Amino acid sequence: MEFAELIKTPRVDGVDLHRPFMPTVEGTLCLTGHHLILSSRQDNTEELWLLHANIDSIEKRFVGSLGTIIVKCKDLRVIQLDIPGMEECLNIASSIEALSTLDSVSLMYPFFYRPLFEVIEDGWQLFVPEEAFKDLESMTDEWRLSEVNKDFSVCPSYPSLLTVPKDIDDESLCKAASFRHGGRFPVLSYYHKKNGMVMMRAAQPLTGTNGRRCKEDEKLINATLCAGKRGYIIDTRTIAVAQQAKARGGGFEQEANYPQWRRIHKAIERSNVLQDSLIKLVEACNDQSHSMDRWLSKLEASNWQSKVKEILTTACLAAQCIDREGASVLVHGTEGTDSTLQVTSLAQIILDPACRTIRGFEVLIEREWLQAGHPFQQRCAQSAYSNGKPRSEAPVFLLFLDCVWQILRQFPCSFQFNENLLIMFFEHAYASQFGTFLGNCVAERVKLQLSQKTVSLWSWVNRPQELERFLNPLYEPNNLVIWPSVAPQSLLLWEGVFLRWNRSTKCLDEACQEMVHIIEYNKELQNKVNSLRRQLAQLETEESPLQTP
Amino acid sequence: NQHLRKIYILQVENVRLVDRSSSRRTQVGTLYLTATHTIFVGKGSEDRSELWVLHSLVCDVLKHKASQNGYPLIIHCKNFQVIQFIIPQESDCHNVYISLTRLSRPEKYEELYCFSFNPNVDKAEREHSWDFLDLKAEYSRMGLPNKLWHVTAINREYRVCDTYPADLFVPKSVTLPVIIGSSKFRSRGRFPTLSYYCKENHATICRSSQPLSGFSARCLEDEQMLQAIMKSNPGSRFMYVVDTRPKLNAMANRAAGKGYENEDNYCNIKFQFIGIENIHVMRNSQQKLIEVSALRSPSMGEFLMGLENSDWLRHIKSIMEAGIFISKAVAEEGVSVLVHCSDGWDRTAQVCSVASVLLDPYYRTLKGLMVLIEKDWVSFGHKFSHRCGHLDGEAKEVSPVIDQFLECVWQLMEQFPCYFEYNEKFLISIHNHVYSCHYGNFICNSQKERKDLCIKEKTHSIWPHLWENKLDFMNPLFKPDQSQNQGLLRPRTAPYCFKYWRRLYNRFDRELHPRQSELDCLMTVKEETQQLEEALALYEQKLAVLDKERAKTLYMQKGVLESKQALWSSPLDTSLANTPQDYIGGFIGGAPNLCLFGDKPKSSDADNSDQESGVADFSSHSSGEESLPSEDSVKDPDSDETGPNRA
Repeated sequence: MEFAELIKTPRVDGVDLHRPFMPTVEGTLCLTGHHLILSSRQDNTEELWLLHANIDSIEKRFVGSLGTIIVKCKDLRVIQLDIPGMEECLNIASSIEALSTLDSVSLMYPFFYRPLFEVIEDGWQLFVPEEAFKDLESMTDEWRLSEVNKDFSVCPSYPSLLTVPKDIDDESLCKAASFRHGGRFPVLSYYHKKNGMVMMRAAQPLTGTNGRRCKEDEKLINATLCAGKRGYIIDTRTIAVAQQAKARGGGFEQEANYPQWRRIHKAIERSNVLQDSLIKLVEACNDQSHSMDRWLSKLEASNWQSKVKEILTTACLAAQCIDREGASVLVHGTEGTDSTLQVTSLAQIILDPACRTIRGFEVLIEREWLQAGHPFQQRCAQSAYSNGKPRSEAPVFLLFLDCVWQILRQFPCSFQFNENLLIMFFEHAYASQFGTFLGNCVAERVKLQLSQKTVSLWSWVNRPQELERFLNPLYEPNNLVIWPSVAPQSLLLWEGVFLRWNRSTKCLDEACQEMVHIIEYNKELQNKVNSLRRQLAQLETEESPLQTP
Repeated sequence: NQHLRKIYILQVENVRLVDRSSSRRTQVGTLYLTATHTIFVGKGSEDRSELWVLHSLVCDVLKHKASQNGYPLIIHCKNFQVIQFIIPQESDCHNVYISLTRLSRPEKYEELYCFSFNPNVDKAEREHSWDFLDLKAEYSRMGLPNKLWHVTAINREYRVCDTYPADLFVPKSVTLPVIIGSSKFRSRGRFPTLSYYCKENHATICRSSQPLSGFSARCLEDEQMLQAIMKSNPGSRFMYVVDTRPKLNAMANRAAGKGYENEDNYCNIKFQFIGIENIHVMRNSQQKLIEVSALRSPSMGEFLMGLENSDWLRHIKSIMEAGIFISKAVAEEGVSVLVHCSDGWDRTAQVCSVASVLLDPYYRTLKGLMVLIEKDWVSFGHKFSHRCGHLDGEAKEVSPVIDQFLECVWQLMEQFPCYFEYNEKFLISIHNHVYSCHYGNFICNSQKERKDLCIKEKTHSIWPHLWENKLDFMNPLFKPDQSQNQGLLRPRTAPYCFKYWRRLYNRFDRELHPRQSELDCLMTVKEETQQLEEALALYEQKLAVLDKERAKTLYMQKGVLESKQALWSSPLDTSLANTPQDYIGGFIGGAPNLCLFGDKPKSSDADNSDQESGVADFSSHSSGEESLPSEDSVKDPDSDETGPNRA
């Protein structure tokens, strides 16, 4: 298929672009296969380049022959284009609609994008399971790297290499896989160096209504317990929801069959509810009525903040079991690809200082989200302005980033990165020139040959020039476990994402710059003082022999 | 303790002090009531943990139903601290209840703490403390008196208006009969007088009470007064008259012979209602807000619904919007404004002072905010004693009017992080002292009352005390040079721009606040930077001179610096509050430490840690003198588990 077929009018002059907090720009609108571009004739105004993939929905309006297209983006921005000529406007609108809803992944921009920078470090090599396993081996010898899923036949959503207890052979793994939803048998997610406890994740067991059991599954998870120790199973669903799942062949671990484990149910709702919550939240943020009551009741009704609280609480609980109780933990919900990953990755941020560095955080996303099979392509197909019936869209990853932001706000000195990094990940998960977030699992990515045909997001982020704007000036490495407060009074609305386009950031940017300035000036002085001190010390030793004749 | 034993009125042993956030942190100790404080001394721990609460800060004492450990007594404080004791014997509990209820509701001013507070300063120093702020200097900073405005001596003896200050600025063109005539036509004689003068364009903010217009009455002198105010701003052809009440309230007042200005009777006024609710609505609203803030582990829905139902942020928004209207009229239109409500000492004070903060960068400095409060609130007769409930009296007179002003300033600081010299600790500290009766500044309802009571002779002033501690109150992000040019602040008023002030309302709930403070961190860096600058200068000097003697002194200087550096490079904050909350949601009996299969892990360990963190809690609350719990001294028990890494 040629993009040209979809572009009915490639170019219109005299288009007005309206954006909040920015002056109106008049210019030429161009459509290419992947971008909507607006450039003005003045040299000093910046051009608008918008990926079609970033467009969530559009609205058309006509006043006489002047058409208006309101473009609503997945990054929550809303822009308005005034286009002279009804036909042009209709053509542009239908082209945008077609181009922003392409079905085929291989037509996406990452397959066409050629970087203008030199790739120094290939981001596709950021996380190598073999190397991560070497690190683990240096701490414990109770685990092995299994190739049972080499051809993705045991579990299509898992990567090819998985860390499992040493004593469990591949055959048992296969049997355990057949007992878990989607073949997602329990695998290692995190090893807590401090006390040797582990966090594992899986999908729900397929106990069904007649209470099926699987010896291999029981053996597998028991193998992770030290002698005489017991563990916790954190089921992210309420007991009622877990009970209902039995009717559909799912279920939960019966205590009788898993006597060494204590089950805790939490109330994280399924991901499809989340989409509705995001839509309501964004609608509340865009409400122009300026009534306090309306704002607060809409914010409350969106339930977004409740979800932040629920997920953070569950992650804290998992971390608490591991760090404070000295117990191992198994986390699962239904499929084990959404709330499970939110919980396991947040628990690691709380427990493991390495995850609070930029590289460590990238590795965490690579390991616990991309390789662990969070279906990014399905979840991020639409954002808050989608008006179609949701299929499997859900802002699971955005909610995770929001939770990270909450912890970051409470521990502003413990993260190497700042809020900008989180916002950037949000943007790229929804629309990007990089291939990182394409596909739903490793198997799909291999098939799409992403690592050969597209550039990795990490290749770009990890360049020193880019990293600079993601650095937190207040960062001081801190080896402690960080326990956030999950009280409603302590949780804030993530303005950087949800009010990003509704506010001017001039004053906040100024504050950030001032902060950087304060820290940098301090470092500069320290260096000066140190070098002078050295000079002085040198002079002193040179002179001292003279003093003692 | 020795000292305490001599002076207490009542002593009860084996009292439990319950920590609201965690039942684990309950402490056992001795409770003392003295003439001025409730004191709890924990026992068992090596360094004495003490909790001191001023009686004047207590707003409510409640007995609860008996629990298994004894009889709970809950003390609600005006600074939003909530203290829960459990007293073993019912009779003791009742005695404490009766005594504390009596002690916290003094009937006479002389019983207030400021009259017995006796810091170690001599008489001259105390008198000097009252000269720290000089309102005359403030008016002259504004450019007054000048050829259009002067001080009138008419109220020197408080005969025209006993709630106004002695010195008042009025247009030079008005005669004494006009002032007197106008004062007779205004509630409580509060005639229009100047609050703020804008040097650049001569526009003013004036204030008064409502006119006694009823349905049709008019007063020539009052009309002349407004005309004179309007004409004292030569650049403008009209002036605004802002009635800060909802229109309905103002209309209702007409039936009582009061009301508002009739545009037809006054030349060139534009009349405007701004619907700020009255003190009763505000009191109820804050009460609801306090209830929400004090909920124990509420759900997100409960919290947000409670916040909405309290209406608190809506009221803050309306006060802010009034301030914005006036500041824009003055700065952008160059038009003078007369502001009034009913009596002109509540909403009028709020609105005039919010507008002043928006207009004039000076009020965004430490000294400037003190001056503003002294001028618009203290001197103009905001009824502190009534509104803060200093004495036992009419509960209906109590209202958080000044709380709302301080909160408006806080909301502005959130929007303009670089434009304020002070930080939120300063506002919270002022809030605390408005209610504490520790100093004499906020006692009584007017200047006259304070004079009659010899406040300046018998008590101390808070302002020099705050000034001495100004290092704690500085905003490290403040950019003074820019702020001078900044002039008018234009805040946004979309609902989401107004936030819940956690640091004030949950001030004593340590676990709810960020575990690391950006503010403290930056302050430490700035402090260190200053020392580095000094060291740099010294080293440079030394290098230039190459003096042997100096080398030695410098060597010592170096030692000091290095110890300071360690402070910054160690995670100053990570050790504090590094304790998990109750994340289980009552799953296992609500115990914060999960109790796995009945065996209590590390129980002795945990107990120790509770007490240790408890110590910090108490020592910081002492006598309400400190502005915030000083968390930095806390040695958290958890830190030794992982050990802060020192660079």
